[in-house]
Amino acid sequence: MQKLNYRVVIFIFALIFGVVFSIPSLIQSKEGKKITLGLDLQGGLHMLLGVKSEEAIKSRLKSMAGTIKYVLEDNDIVIDGLGVNGDKVTFKVLDPDDIPKVKELLKKELPGTVILEQGGAFTVTLTPKEVERTKKMAIDQAVDTIRNRLDQFGLAEPTVAKQGQDKILVEVPGVKTPADEQRIRELIARAAHLQMMAVDEDRAARVYTMSPAEAKKYGDVILPDVKNPKEKYLLKAIPILDGSMLTDAKVGFDRNNQPVINFKLNGEGAKIFGDFSGKSVGKRMAIVLDNKVYSAPVIRERIGGGQGQISGGFTLNEANDVAIALRSGALLAPVYVMEKRSVGPSLGADSIRQSTIALVLGFVLVVVFMVLYYGIAGVVADVALVANLFLILAVMALFGATLTLPGMAGIVLTVGMAVDANVIINERIRELLREGASIPKAIEEGYSNAFTAIWDANVTTLISAVVLYAYGTGPIKGFAITMSIGILASMLTAILGTHGIYQMLMPKITRQKLNLWFGIKA
Amino acid sequence: MELFKYDRPINFMGASRRFGLLSLTLVLLSWGLIFTKGFNYGIDFAGGTLIQLRYDDTQKAPLQKIREDLTKNKEFQDATVTFFGNDREVIIRTKSSSKTVGKDMGDRIRSLLKDTGKFEVRRVDMVGPAIGSELKEKGLMAMVLSIIGILIYVSVRFEWRFALASVAALVHDVSIAMGAIVLFGVEVNLDILAALLTLLGYSLNDTIIVFDRIREGLRKIKNPDLAGIINESITRTLSRTVLTSLTTFFVVLTLFLFGGEIIHGFAFTMVVGIIVGTYSSIFIASPLLMWLGFDVKSYRAKEAEKRKREKEKEKLRAMYEQGTL
Repeated sequence: MQKLNYRVVIFIFALIFGVVFSIPSLIQSKEGKKITLGLDLQGGLHMLLGVKSEEAIKSRLKSMAGTIKYVLEDNDIVIDGLGVNGDKVTFKVLDPDDIPKVKELLKKELPGTVILEQGGAFTVTLTPKEVERTKKMAIDQAVDTIRNRLDQFGLAEPTVAKQGQDKILVEVPGVKTPADEQRIRELIARAAHLQMMAVDEDRAARVYTMSPAEAKKYGDVILPDVKNPKEKYLLKAIPILDGSMLTDAKVGFDRNNQPVINFKLNGEGAKIFGDFSGKSVGKRMAIVLDNKVYSAPVIRERIGGGQGQISGGFTLNEANDVAIALRSGALLAPVYVMEKRSVGPSLGADSIRQSTIALVLGFVLVVVFMVLYYGIAGVVADVALVANLFLILAVMALFGATLTLPGMAGIVLTVGMAVDANVIINERIRELLREGASIPKAIEEGYSNAFTAIWDANVTTLISAVVLYAYGTGPIKGFAITMSIGILASMLTAILGTHGIYQMLMPKITRQKLNLWFGIKA
Repeated sequence: MELFKYDRPINFMGASRRFGLLSLTLVLLSWGLIFTKGFNYGIDFAGGTLIQLRYDDTQKAPLQKIREDLTKNKEFQDATVTFFGNDREVIIRTKSSSKTVGKDMGDRIRSLLKDTGKFEVRRVDMVGPAIGSELKEKGLMAMVLSIIGILIYVSVRFEWRFALASVAALVHDVSIAMGAIVLFGVEVNLDILAALLTLLGYSLNDTIIVFDRIREGLRKIKNPDLAGIINESITRTLSRTVLTSLTTFFVVLTLFLFGGEIIHGFAFTMVVGIIVGTYSSIFIASPLLMWLGFDVKSYRAKEAEKRKREKEKEKLRAMYEQGTL
């Protein structure tokens, strides 16, 4: 046998590399880099969410109104008719002497706004730049918030990523039951908008006869009770404070052993809360979460320390989810589903089983056929094919690529196409042998003659695989990846590797045994 | 084993007119089908919801009862219910989709159908209308871009007529495969798009290998008769063409037969595509070279010119390096 040549050495290294790095994926060990199974194979939830970023503008205006109210009251300036109308906040300053001071205060407190005043009537609007910024922030914040919530929920490796300008991709693998999935979706969608609102005690008695439009006229809003939606509260529309001033939220239990949520406010929130409660002894204050009133206790004394409690209407799971949502912050803008795919774990397992059967069957067919048709040359091609398969798995594992159902189809196809290179080469060698070329010449020229064809064919296939990757989504991307890796690996195994093997075996090949070696009669 | 032994060239080009006519008819029929009957778009492109249920082992899924219970809800008025793969599994398709993240179509189906027996929700796919049209656009874009990429590459490596002929063969293959998809009412989802694009690559593979041999023949074969060169090149690659098509066909066929219901459409498209792709690389792509007016003599003159220029360049470079220039 001839000495090792560089081609065989490279091939052997590639084979060892392939085997070593595909082992963790094949035996599903805990250590080492593995191929992740796509959601279609292991089951899970995939969602593409849109963000209603206009809503973020609305709530931004509302909180601006809150700031205006607090700042001006703090400076003993009396105003009237404060409210949000479309895209602006309007109010009237009663004492004309205060106007310059109001302008100065607002300029300091509300950056990124345009403040207009006419005869004491103020309108405050956001600059176009600020509108864009707020919308963009709402999307970025939604991504962070959803990621936070899913992380805290304790799920294995959820993916939350911004896609394009205004979409959010959420992928949660390993969801076991539809009920779990629904809980996850509700956690994602929960606005978690906490507000403390003053009850409008002057008109509270008329709440059941008042229309929402009339309430709006008084600067009020009607909200239902969480447990009994028929029970209504009439509340001042501009909240005293909201969840943005929250620093912590934890699940606890009240005297009746019912789950409650205890929350803490930051310094500013504690001060506002303290000031308000001090001024409003004897009145009621509602704790409102996502536009439902959880409780409306009467304030008995000034409440310092900035702590509060949300109680009523929770199961333990719900209380946990709400606490998570509060801790990770409110969604500035609501999200909606643009695309959703969920696969149960049993279906994923079925898909793996079926495509594995197809893969193995196709593989065996090809391998047997090659040996029957080409003899030992077929065996050499099969060795390259096996190495190719290991290489695909190894490279995918190292890149942390995801194996999807179309990806498995991609592997099956690569098996079919990878032997193509060897078929082309073997046919060329046979041709030369028939024309009476010597064995070394037939092999060397066979390889060089076949090369341009294989190269051009592979490059063009690669072109469509790359385009597919660029324009595909999820599973289709996986298909493009396995195809590309397979094509590149086949250059190494099917061309270089088999060439080296022939060079090594060359002295053993004789004209008398051509039928054994290349499947043709001498 | 030897199936094809090169003896003398087979006269493929002699029959090219007849095959050309056959292909033209098939392509026109396919286009007719596509434009009249149209694709059966699945939810990926049309938007909507697809829900897959599996009933307990002992039970055949009660289709009638499912339909009745579904129509009680307005959202599912247009829903179609069919068996999927076996009679325990059911696919429910509807055009409507919901935007709410919290309680969605799948959850509603679970409560709507609770009286129909014990079942498991195995899959819920929902695609909003905006996404559907975006995917369609992207799919078309992917097709066009790969074709442009291939055109450029083949023009550079061969000649523009080769590029045009290979792309025409591609359009031929994809059109007929699409025609088959429409004819058999295969649901068109993203996986079909992937299959069509793979087909593009595969059929091109076949064509390129024949073209490569023609390119070689143009250099080596003395007789400047194009039809003769093509016949000889095709005959010499025939063994490879048939073998590779057969091995790939085996693989795709096992995928079609054993790969499961979900991958069915993909495998079907590939099965059709491989047959058409193999046929077109022999009977369509190569004669197209002739029909496009490829001229052996002027090609050879151009190649000779190119070689001459390269030699001159080398000579100049050598002189420059030696310092004589």
